[in-house]
Amino acid sequence: MSDDTIDLRLHVWRQRGPGDEGRFADYSKYAKRISTHASFLEMLDVVNERLAADGERPIAFDHDCREGICGMCGAVINGVPHGHRTLTTTCQLHMREFQNGAEVFVEPFRATAFPVIEDLMVDRSSFDTIVQAGGYVSVRTGAAPDANEIPVPKQIADRAMDAAACIGCGACVAACPNASASLFLSAKLAHLNLLPQGQPERYRRTRAMLAAHDDAGFGGCTNHRECEAACPKGISTDFIARMNRDVIVASLTDKDGNLI
Amino acid sequence: MELDARCPTGDIEKRWDRHRFELKLVNPANKRKFEVIVVGTGLAGAAAAATLGELGYKVKAFCYQDSPRRAHSIAAQGGINAAKNYQNDGDSVFRLFYDTVKGGDFRARESNVYRLAQVSVNIIDQAVAQGVPFAREYGGLLDNRSFGGAQVSRTFYARGQTGQQLLLGAYSALSRMIAAGKVDMYNRHEMLDVIVDDGRARGIVTRDLVSGKIEAWTADAVCLCTGGYGNVFFLSTNAMGCNVTASWRAHKRGALFANPCYTQIHPTCIPPAGEYQSKLTLMSESLRNDGRVWVPKSASDSGKDPRSVPEKERDYFLERMYPAFGNLVPRDIASRAAKRMCDDGLGVGPMVGDKRLGVYLDFADAIKRDGKKIILEKYGNLFEMYQRITGDDPCEVPMRIYPASHYTMGGLWVDYDLMSTIDGLFVLGEANFSDHGANRLGASALMQGLADGYFVIPYTLGHYLATKGKNPLGADSTVAKSAVKEVEKGIAKLIDIGQKGSTHPDEIHRQLGTLMYDKCGMGRNAKGLKEGLALIPELRERFWKDVQILGSGGELNTMLEKAGRIADFLELAELMCHDALTRDESCGAHFREEHVQEDGEARRDDENFAHVAAWEHTGDHAAPKRHVEKLDFEYVKLSQRSYK
Amino acid sequence: MQAVLTLTRSTVGQKVVVAVTGVILFGFVIGHLAGNLLLFVGPEAFNAYAAGIKGNPPLLWGTRVTLLVSVVLHVTFTMQLARRNATARARGYQKPRKDQITTYAARTMILSGPLLFAYILFHIAHFTAPGLDLGGTFHPENVYANVVNGFRTWWVSAIYIFANFLLGLHLFHGGWSAAQSIGAQSPKYDALKKQVAVGLAVFVSAGNIFIPIAVLTQLIGSADQLARAQAAFETEAVTEAATGAEEE
Repeated sequence: MSDDTIDLRLHVWRQRGPGDEGRFADYSKYAKRISTHASFLEMLDVVNERLAADGERPIAFDHDCREGICGMCGAVINGVPHGHRTLTTTCQLHMREFQNGAEVFVEPFRATAFPVIEDLMVDRSSFDTIVQAGGYVSVRTGAAPDANEIPVPKQIADRAMDAAACIGCGACVAACPNASASLFLSAKLAHLNLLPQGQPERYRRTRAMLAAHDDAGFGGCTNHRECEAACPKGISTDFIARMNRDVIVASLTDKDGNLI
Repeated sequence: MELDARCPTGDIEKRWDRHRFELKLVNPANKRKFEVIVVGTGLAGAAAAATLGELGYKVKAFCYQDSPRRAHSIAAQGGINAAKNYQNDGDSVFRLFYDTVKGGDFRARESNVYRLAQVSVNIIDQAVAQGVPFAREYGGLLDNRSFGGAQVSRTFYARGQTGQQLLLGAYSALSRMIAAGKVDMYNRHEMLDVIVDDGRARGIVTRDLVSGKIEAWTADAVCLCTGGYGNVFFLSTNAMGCNVTASWRAHKRGALFANPCYTQIHPTCIPPAGEYQSKLTLMSESLRNDGRVWVPKSASDSGKDPRSVPEKERDYFLERMYPAFGNLVPRDIASRAAKRMCDDGLGVGPMVGDKRLGVYLDFADAIKRDGKKIILEKYGNLFEMYQRITGDDPCEVPMRIYPASHYTMGGLWVDYDLMSTIDGLFVLGEANFSDHGANRLGASALMQGLADGYFVIPYTLGHYLATKGKNPLGADSTVAKSAVKEVEKGIAKLIDIGQKGSTHPDEIHRQLGTLMYDKCGMGRNAKGLKEGLALIPELRERFWKDVQILGSGGELNTMLEKAGRIADFLELAELMCHDALTRDESCGAHFREEHVQEDGEARRDDENFAHVAAWEHTGDHAAPKRHVEKLDFEYVKLSQRSYK
Repeated sequence: MQAVLTLTRSTVGQKVVVAVTGVILFGFVIGHLAGNLLLFVGPEAFNAYAAGIKGNPPLLWGTRVTLLVSVVLHVTFTMQLARRNATARARGYQKPRKDQITTYAARTMILSGPLLFAYILFHIAHFTAPGLDLGGTFHPENVYANVVNGFRTWWVSAIYIFANFLLGLHLFHGGWSAAQSIGAQSPKYDALKKQVAVGLAVFVSAGNIFIPIAVLTQLIGSADQLARAQAAFETEAVTEAATGAEEE
């Protein structure tokens, strides 16, 4: 199976910590004979094993499930978050997508709200902060009525599920020319704001989560839709429009829901 | 020592209710004075931390990922069982209880399983109220599907992402409590020890994975929700970070480890393609409904394009060996048969080491029979996933599949209150051994994690705290400080060896994995297990002489993280072999080749082994000590498992 | 109050204001073009239309104030958002990020905006106040002649043509974008929405560009037409003088 390997001209961003300037390191000599069946992260594993053999510090990158659902992995590969293959996370991108001899640049997701921890690893806790601001239905364990007492029209449930499929990887932020997290925010909002369970807190939630998004230092949406193109789960920017609508209503109504 | 699970007795339907009434309560005003540590934020951990926070306890939660939302519960696809009987098809709490005990091949505790079935209905209510977008019928009510051999439709699902949606529900509840100041969340922290003093769990020691800082945290009780140990096999469907360290360190501090040999192997995973392979991906077993499993009859054909292998040169081995069930034989039988073919040199796909690890799952006949459209309607998303990973289109080229370690039924021994043999150390979810017996039914893992976290621990933990009172120990106490020192010493030792060592931690892990699949995998026998018991210490010795770790302990160090986890897997592996060897019977997923019925099914030995085996750590180089908890079956009569 | 601040301070709220003012301005350019098309009817019609507007101060000043406020808000909030967006990625990609689906129009909004602003100032200076003598003496009431004289000068026409090409781009992205920003979205009408936005952008841009081209190609503004336009004012002056005399 020798013809199933490729050599890459690989450049990986190395940065020892948030204070370090950082630079691209040329790892072409460590990226030879890479199996085309390997995933992108497995290619980095191989490079790391070879680096270690030379006594070099391995490349730090986040990853966990490696089946495209945990949302922990992510890097910008040749200018595109998660690489050029659509609807695919970095761990699901395979090396057969690359030509022998291809030049590959790997860089961390860049946004002020995602400071670099080391190399390709960034701190995305601002996403948690947004959810903590209101990304929940306030229901105590044990207080729930029977599940079938809240009928949800199938179309609504399906639409909510479309939004809830977000894996929180941050590719939308990385792809956005403004480093906005509007797609993430709107998906979180749409999931709960669509469902009957989410109605009582709908506008409070919208205001609070938007404020948390802005406070975290994310930019605003200018409707370029790069986020949608980069999203490994195909979350639609329609949810951003839906969020905007909710923001308008939230802005024009008081706490009791009356028009100001 | 005869282990006492302190299960309530009497009418099984009333046991949990009565027990709940008998449990002591903590006065609402006093709750905020109690501190609880929750380790792990999967379904069990997130549910427990959120619920305990709601009740008013001061909770500290820890996870090794960058966010609590990423725990591996998120990867569960299929669904969650609940005895709602919304389909009016004869389901009931008793039936779910019955199916689970039987599915676990009579190696689970009746009282626990009944409670699990009882609270299953509350879980669905809770999840729906949180906004989990379960699949709906057109009338707006919840949809169900049947799953894992059950004769009723009791599985609730959210597309193929049920685990994700349930975890996001628990995570949202947890987030709410974090915002309310009831839970302090510590991401990127790995637990490395439990602080035990005077027989009681007083806290934990963690390593900050970014700064490397070792820190002690004390509390009045500790809940381990740290998942299973499937990664002992190196290649598994678990996430890369899943590990046994928290459980193992607790084990070494006195918590008994129960039934470590009960590990579940899933037959339809995407096979490894090379040495670099880091994990395996599970595909729904439903594929076997329409696919035919085969390998070439001659090893000389195994590297060829499968389409060029003529019909008469193909061995449809499941159809040949099990004519009645064919490709639909139970998971463990299918897994073993596939492995045997590959071991005999008939495997297909790329060479991995000196073998090809894979068998064909061919849809050509199904497509010819039903048309491509119908097949794609059923399996389109699975085909897509397969193609993304392998590059092959299953409509054109037969799929390749291989079994992979998927779930571990064994874990830390707990009593009915989910407390381990260390006072105040509770164990929830996959990390404990409790509810599945020797085999877990499909769509039951999510159920157990959430049951423990939402509906069991809030009661039993309160009772413990009300009975035992506050732990006077602080993080600056001598006990805590010496626990920190000990962890620091362990890391210093690893670093010291690692600077001179030359074998990458992954390399040792890979070897351990291969060894475990061979000796203690889907089929086990006394000879192989004894070989395993001889080989594992050799590998462990090599690890402690030659493992390579670059960098220091006081910084982000992924090699150190890996090495620490592998060190524990190397010890666990040996215990698994001990357990598998001592359990001289076949039951559920534990298949001893010496004990098999004519139809290939497991042959139990109820006379000698209708018990839980819980192992005590007696020292680093001493043989582990086996304790027994007898299992009584009052409600489900012992019978041989048969899916005929 | 808190609620209203969401509209003026948040990223979404500010964008909503930009969108609403954008829609107002979009509406205006459509109306503006519709009026200007009277150029093709003839000098009398066009000058009468101009006089009609001027003769209706509430309409005239109402429109002017609305436009002024819209432009100020549109520009101010856009600038605030742009500043904020620049800090949201303080350290940019070292290997440039590649756009996947961004349109040329969207990418150039940041350029077409300021250029259009400069053009609007020029356009107002040219035709409204102070009124520039481009290609002929500016006549405050003979708007027809001002247009024709101006566009006969090639570089004036070139500016208008280029600016309206930019306007087309700006409206192409702005139209769809505004609908998105104010949340006008439903799967059923999305395709239609996009078509309408594109159609209107093309209409405004092409219509506006056609006017200088029509002048340059003599399709409008023939010597006869110019004379008729001029004559109207002269007869008017004579009649006025006559009636004035009679009254005296």
